[in-house]
This record gives sequence, structure tokens and C-alpha cells, in this order.
Amino acid sequence: MNNVLRILILVLALSYCSAVSADVLHTEKSLYRNIEVYEEDELRCLRFGRYNGTRQSCINLSNPDNLEFNYTRMMMGALYLNPNPQRALILGLGGGSLPSALRKLYPNLQIDVVEIDAAVIRVAKQYFGFTTSTLTRATESDGRVFVKRAINLTTRYDLIMLDAFDQEYIPEHMLTREFLNEVRGLLTEQGVLAANTFSSSRLYNYESITYQTVFGDFYNLKDANRVILIRRNGPPDMLEIKRNAEGLAAKLKPFGVSSNWLIPKFSREKDWPANTRALTDQYSPANLLNTQ
Amino acid sequence: MAGWSGFFVMAIELLSGRILAPSFGNSIYVWGGVISIFMLALSIGYLIGGHLSVHTPTLGKLGVILIAASLTSLPVVFFSDVLIDLVFNHVSDPRYGSLLASSTLFFIPTVISGCISPYAIRLLVTQLHASGQSAGKLYFISTFGSAAGTIGTSFYLVLLFEVNQIFSGLILISLSLGGIALLLNTTHE
Repeated sequence: MNNVLRILILVLALSYCSAVSADVLHTEKSLYRNIEVYEEDELRCLRFGRYNGTRQSCINLSNPDNLEFNYTRMMMGALYLNPNPQRALILGLGGGSLPSALRKLYPNLQIDVVEIDAAVIRVAKQYFGFTTSTLTRATESDGRVFVKRAINLTTRYDLIMLDAFDQEYIPEHMLTREFLNEVRGLLTEQGVLAANTFSSSRLYNYESITYQTVFGDFYNLKDANRVILIRRNGPPDMLEIKRNAEGLAAKLKPFGVSSNWLIPKFSREKDWPANTRALTDQYSPANLLNTQ
Repeated sequence: MAGWSGFFVMAIELLSGRILAPSFGNSIYVWGGVISIFMLALSIGYLIGGHLSVHTPTLGKLGVILIAASLTSLPVVFFSDVLIDLVFNHVSDPRYGSLLASSTLFFIPTVISGCISPYAIRLLVTQLHASGQSAGKLYFISTFGSAAGTIGTSFYLVLLFEVNQIFSGLILISLSLGGIALLLNTTHE
């Protein structure tokens, strides 16, 4: 009995400790997930699931422009492939770091953001400074459905950012040859696709070959995450990338993106076996492959 | 056969999500639409199956029902792309789009599958006092089959095969089981 009491007190004390170290501002059960906004030191973060959930997005309260995550900086590497986008599509909102940064970088850029969870759009606006206007439109929709509808319109994008995955869950219908072909159809000739993917598992090879089948050669940037950078009419050489990086250096500095850090990550090495099976609408067990 | 039918229905229900996702997404309402259609179809199937069982039920006729359910699933393999594109282009709301697409593709085979359990109960029941026991056994077998179909498809089959390969396999097994039932029936007579 005494032991049980001791354990209970210990558990209570521990949960109290973890509760005070992070200051929870908002929790919500949405249709798709548990959403939590919390502050820790200088950072305000968005997390799906509680305590053990992965951070989706963070802003630094004393330096809100700074892109806190390495992967978001790597995504901005897309601008090295096409430094003057007119129209951008972002699939997956999170805290809105990417659209907010693009908004500030390019005042005239037309940005379409697609997010499946209306609650995430609300939370991004309320806690992370994401704003919508005629130039920044947020649509509540499944990403694939939006892309398929957009093909039937005349809308084409010269920058598409795919940021709908996290470590725990991949929307499998958004990692297939057919989906990537639809995305390709939405890109202008010089259009660039930046995809944030998480695979370091067995899925890595499957994902690589699927992108390669649809787009041919691409730049592969690795950190904790993997970011794939593709230009529709083929990857520019490193000379052009460095030139664009120099031109953008001053503009990107406030966002914490430095070419000294980013450029060495650019790789075109195909480090996956060429005989891997591509993922298709018929065969897409991405989440099962990601656990192996 | 009731166990297999349970397996068949749940495997198809799971795969229907896969078939609809490219056009209607994976949103919660797509699953809501799919599950509603399957439940509605099964409920109607139970009613029809019970009604059919009144007129001289035989194992052979049960086999015919199983064969009919598998044959009416064939359009899913051959025409689902065309049909889903058609619905996608005419219905902009993904809720009603997925509802319409899943009813056209899956409603009829699921109604027919629903006929199997009540019909099989009639064949099993020999004495009134044991009818509850027979029904209990049948519910056990068919729902156990459903559980097996759900876990087998979602955990293993999708990792090994393409969606259409799984569909074809399911249809072939149904056809064989229906054929066996027909054969057994004629040898008995």
C-alpha cells in the first residue's frame, strides 16, 4: 500500500513538473488530431498529440521571422532553383511558417495554401501570425483533391511546396506516381517542387524511385528530414544555384537561411537501388514501409 | 461461406477507401460515406436474404448468391477509374462525390453479400429450440471473417499486392466457393 502511494505521488510530481516547464496556451481535439499550442523559453510551438507528439511548427517570439526548423530552411532552397516565383501553392499549413515567410519575401506573390484540418487554419491565424488576404488564400481541403481540381482550371504554379507529412503519418494518396504526375501538371515550365518528406526507413528507396520516375533528376537535401527539390524542366547546375543563392542572400538572411549552410546539402547522388518498385495508387503502403 | 462473405465485404470496404482517395481524398467524411453505404447495403441484403430463404432454400442457391456478389464486384476492377472520374467531374463536393461513387461501385455487391447470412441461418436451423444457437454460430463465423478480412487486408495484403490484384483474388475465391457449393448441391440430389 505504502509503495503504491509513493509511486502515485512520484507520478503526480513528475506530471506537475512537465506541466510547468512548458506553458500550454491552447489544446483542441480537431476532426483529425489533438492540437496543442505551447510556449517553452522563447519558442511558441504547435504540436499534434500530447507530450510525446512531434513539433509541427515553432516561432521564436523575440525573432518571429526566423525559420526555426532546419527543414523549413531547406524548403526555402527551392528559391535557388527559381528565384522569382509569381504563384505558389503550399500543401499542408502547420503553423504557417512557409507561407508567412514567402509573404514577407515576395509582397506580390499569389499564395494558395491547402490544409485538410480547419482547426489548424484557425490555430495558425490565432497563435502563429498567419494571415489571409486576396493574395494569400487558405483552402480547407484534402491536398490531392485540390490538386486534381486545379488541373481542370488554368491555374499553374511556379512554386509548389508539399509539406503534408510527418514522422507518424503519411497521407498515402499523396505519395504515388499518379499524384506526382498531377502535381507536375500544375507546374509551369520553370516551376519548382519542394517536398518535405520524412523517410529514413525502408520507404526512402520507394519514395526516391517514385519521384525519379515522374520528374527525372532532382536535388536531395538531407538533415533530420529529407527535402526534395525539383525543377520541372530539369535541375539547374550548381553554378546557377550558387548565383541565385548570392542574389537572394540579403533577402533570406532575416529568415535564418544562409547559403553557406544550405548549398553543401545539395546533392544529386542517387543513393537508392534503381530496381525499387515505384509507389502507385494501386500500391501505396507508405506508412507500413515507413515502420520497417 | 458466411465467414468468407464477411471477409470479402470488409476487405472490399477497406480497399474502397484506397480507390476513392485519389479523387475524393482521405478526409473523415469519405470514410463516413463509405461506411454508411456498406451498412445500408448490408441491412437491405439481410432483409432480402431472409425473404429468399423462405422458398425452398438449398446450398446450391446460396452458392449462386455468392457467385452473384463476386460477379457484381467485377466493375470495380475494370471501370472504377472511368466511373470515379465521371463523378469527380460532375460533383464538386467531395462528400457527395464519394457517397455517389461508392454507392455505384459497391452498393449492389454488398446488398447481395448481405443476403448470405440470413439465408445460411435458414439452412443451418433444423430445430426451433436450437435456432438461437445456430444464429449465434453464424454471427460468430461471419463477423470473425469480417475481422480477419479487415486485419488481413490492411496489415498484409496491401503490402504485398496491388489493389486490383487483391480484388481479383477475392472475386476468384468467391467464385470457387460458390462453385463448390453448387457441386455439393448437385451431388447430394
